[in-house]
Amino acid sequence: MKRLRWLTGLVVIVIISVVVMGYRLPSLLEWQSLFLKRVFFILLLCALFCLVRILRGPTPADRAVAIDILGILVLGFCAILGIPTGRDWYIDIGIAWALQSFISTIALAKYLEGRNFDE
Amino acid sequence: MNEFLGTIFIIIGLAFDFFGCLGLLRLPDVYNRLQASTKCVTLGTCSILFGLFLFKGFTSAGIKAILCIIFLLLTAPVSAHALARGAHKSGVKLWEKSVCDKYEEDKQGV
Repeated sequence: MKRLRWLTGLVVIVIISVVVMGYRLPSLLEWQSLFLKRVFFILLLCALFCLVRILRGPTPADRAVAIDILGILVLGFCAILGIPTGRDWYIDIGIAWALQSFISTIALAKYLEGRNFDE
Repeated sequence: MNEFLGTIFIIIGLAFDFFGCLGLLRLPDVYNRLQASTKCVTLGTCSILFGLFLFKGFTSAGIKAILCIIFLLLTAPVSAHALARGAHKSGVKLWEKSVCDKYEEDKQGV
C-alpha cells in the first residue's frame, strides 16, 4: 500500500513536469527566449506545492512555514520577470516584498509562541 | 558569455527551489519540513538573483540584486529560527521516529 502511494505520487509529479515542459501557451509577455518561459512555469509549480501545504497542513505551524516559503519564492518571481521585459523596477518590488514577508513571518512566530500562554 | 553563466546559475537555483518545495510537500513533520525547505529555497533564490546580476552587469538593477541577496541571507535564518521556536513552544509534537529533542531536555532540566 505504501509502495502504491509512492508510485502514484511519482507518476503524478512526472506527468505535471512533462506537461509544464511541453505546453505551449500564447505569449503573455514579450519573451526573448523559450527557456525563461519554462523557468516561469517551474516556479509556478513550486508555488502550487506551497499552496497544497497551506491547504492540508495539520497544525498552524505548517501553514506559517508554507507562507514563509511562498514569500521567498515571490522574490525569485520578481527577479526572473526583470530579465525578459527589460524593466528595472521589478527588483524594487522584490526588495519591498522581502521586507514585508520577513516582518509578517516574525509576527506569525510571535503569535504561535504566545498562544500557549493564554490557554 | 555573461548570459550563458547567468543561465547556468538560474538553472541551479531552480533545481534547489524545486527540491525544497518537494520536501515541503513530502516530509512528515513541521521541523523536517522547515529544515528541508528553508535552506534549499533561500540558496536557490540567492542563486537566481546572482544570475540576474550576471545578466544585468553593474547597472542599478544588478546592484539592487546584490543588496537583495545580502538582505535575504541575513533575514531568512532569523525567521526560520523564530518559527521553529514558536512551533516548539506552542506544543507541536515531533515525529514518532525522531531520536533526540535537546530543547525539551533543557526545559525539563531547569
